[in-house]
Amino acid sequence: MSQYDADSVRKDLRQWLEANWDPSLGLVEWRNKLIDSGWGEPHWPKQWYGRELPVGLVPVVDEELDRIGAVGVARMGIRSLAAATILAHGTDLHKQKFLRRILTGEDTWCQLFSEPGSGSDLAGALTRAERRGNKWIVNGQKVWNTSAHKADWGLLLARTNMDLVKHKGLAYFIINMRQPGVEAVPLRQMNGHASFNQVFFTDAEVEPEMMLLDDGDGWKVATTTLMHERRGADGLRRYPKPSGRPERIYQEEDAEIASALAPYTWYPQRMGRVDLILERARQTGKIADPVTRQEIAKVLIMSRSADWTARRARVAQEMGRSQGPEGSLGKLAASYIARAANRVHTTISGADALLTGPDSTMGGVIAEILISTPAISIAGGTDEIQKNIISERVLDMPKEPRNDTDRPFRDVPKNAERK
Amino acid sequence: MKFSFSDEQQEFRSVVRRFLEDKSPTTAVRRLMETDKGYDPAVWQSLSQDLGLTAVHIPEAYGGQGFGISELAIASEEMGRTLLCAPFFGSTVLAATAILKAGSEEQKKALLPGIASGETIAALAVAEDGGLWDAGSVAMTATPDGGKYRLDGTKSFVVDGHNAGLIVVLARKPGSAGNDGVSFFTVKADAKGLDRRLLPSMDPTRKLARLTFSGVTAELLGKEGAAAGPLAATLDVAAICLAHEMVGGAERLREDAIAFANQRYQFGRPIASFQSLKHKAADMLLEVELAKSAAYYAAAAADESDAELPALASLAKAAASEAYMQTAIHAVQIHGGIGFTWDNDTHLWFKRAKSSEVFLGGADHHRERYMQSIGA
Repeated sequence: MSQYDADSVRKDLRQWLEANWDPSLGLVEWRNKLIDSGWGEPHWPKQWYGRELPVGLVPVVDEELDRIGAVGVARMGIRSLAAATILAHGTDLHKQKFLRRILTGEDTWCQLFSEPGSGSDLAGALTRAERRGNKWIVNGQKVWNTSAHKADWGLLLARTNMDLVKHKGLAYFIINMRQPGVEAVPLRQMNGHASFNQVFFTDAEVEPEMMLLDDGDGWKVATTTLMHERRGADGLRRYPKPSGRPERIYQEEDAEIASALAPYTWYPQRMGRVDLILERARQTGKIADPVTRQEIAKVLIMSRSADWTARRARVAQEMGRSQGPEGSLGKLAASYIARAANRVHTTISGADALLTGPDSTMGGVIAEILISTPAISIAGGTDEIQKNIISERVLDMPKEPRNDTDRPFRDVPKNAERK
Repeated sequence: MKFSFSDEQQEFRSVVRRFLEDKSPTTAVRRLMETDKGYDPAVWQSLSQDLGLTAVHIPEAYGGQGFGISELAIASEEMGRTLLCAPFFGSTVLAATAILKAGSEEQKKALLPGIASGETIAALAVAEDGGLWDAGSVAMTATPDGGKYRLDGTKSFVVDGHNAGLIVVLARKPGSAGNDGVSFFTVKADAKGLDRRLLPSMDPTRKLARLTFSGVTAELLGKEGAAAGPLAATLDVAAICLAHEMVGGAERLREDAIAFANQRYQFGRPIASFQSLKHKAADMLLEVELAKSAAYYAAAAADESDAELPALASLAKAAASEAYMQTAIHAVQIHGGIGFTWDNDTHLWFKRAKSSEVFLGGADHHRERYMQSIGA
């Protein structure tokens, strides 16, 4: 039924861009035009700033924008997850109020799911939302919240009922982060960076209409957000790179990109920097050591095999074949590779591994590898959770008996209260 | 294509799998591994005549099917899965490839059709008592003798060597050293002065022989003194096929171990529901899938004449060695006590994992070769 093809999309968009693209505009001013035209998120519904373009044609739109250097809508960070969740479950009021300002980049968002007491077990959230009069009142603590310190709005998973079974007593709110009862405190990691926050709620308020779906549907909505978070890794739309061009709109976009990426400078290091191993081994002369050579080969072999495994999965998907187990293994493989790469970098560095900071090897990059790789085994689903998923969903092995699904959440054993 | 199989290749795999599931159940493996011959001539005939597997990578001009290394590797993978007891690896993978890589046009025409049809069983004799598969370590001598050669020396660890009717063998010019002066020769198994002894092998599904040559008359195969290159190319193909055999066996081991764990109840529930076991299973899947990707990539690279082939062959062999042995260790452990018994089938694959780990050079050898091949 689709009346679109790549050529007609290209032609329509070119025509529109010729008439409208102007790098001397302000970033928000331009994005508003782009949003109104439907070319900002062309696969979105027509009613909400889109053109209902098939997802497969979206790359054509990106190509055309890139071709003349036109800036796209804001897409980095949690805001895309907010948009996807609101599109899926929000009311017209939510869509009206939030979608445009998400796309212009005027509003920044954060995700408020993990808690000190519930990491792998997200549905065990204890942050409470209680109805008092015509407001929901929120008390509790969240953790691992990227950009929460500068966010305007938060996606909050909170418990509204302790007497229901765990997954049933949750609600999903959009909470205003700029209010007195919300305090975001940077969380310092073992590698010295503070890429995340802890967020404390003390009688913070949420309007009743800021709940997505109904009371009790919190887990369902959270699952939507999480699904988009995982899918985001597949990268339907790429993130823009700083252009460094002088016009005002590019300057504004570059600043936006720099601010969004600032927390992530250490992310390549947490993967183990396999790309630096041979270079470092040659620099230090360790390349001549037979034992080190064996360890280097092990990491390189694992890393290349993991890349090929990911390619197998992608090609199967592209060919429309059912994906084998190879699609579920990337995260776990990355953990093992990072750990092995850490060991090899340590062997290669010798005593230099004792040092840190800008004066240490490669301006501190090596030191950062050595103390950052544990993160990859934890963030975005721990190795243990990955292995449960692989064994249960891919290998079809039985689940362990649990004692949190057959009784009111109030009676489920929990972490001791922290004094 | 390095990341997927064509529909034809998938169909080929399923045909081979059905055949082997029928012809090589573990009852057959157990029966054949106890015999000196080590294979079933009726199955061999069916495998070569009906399925054409012995001819798969041999060009049509020499009586073969004209498929590539990828197809040869698929057959190897399926044979590793069922532990087929047959002289396929020695004859088709090793000897035929050596003749293809080293032989003259005339020699290929003379020697390959018999191997392709399965009527000739051939073996490739490279390693000696030192157990190294390379030209430089060859000590056996070939002395010119009126247009032919006289071979003196000993070959060991010759896969399927006791059954073969045709032996392809490496020997060197007396007084030469290293890769220089090493040539391929062919010898009929009944040649005078050739003594063949079946070696008791730890893995009874892979038969090994020690061949002693005392003034055996031999024909030169290919160019004199130029065997090192064709040998390396042959061993790359062999390493890739062995890696396939290994990942096939490893996958079967994992499947059987998990099936057992699903059936086995302790403490009132299937042991497969314990996380300690599930996490082991996830690790097994990961290791074997990575090794499979490496093996598949290397086979496609061989068909595409990828310049990186030596590195990729060693990478695949090293990855498969680790994955198969680790899977076998886990598989015995998952079975518990019964996994250590003779009656349980796990040890058949465990022993194949161990023999394959060492055959054609261990993981450490191939990791070092990988490093050298990438210029490190």
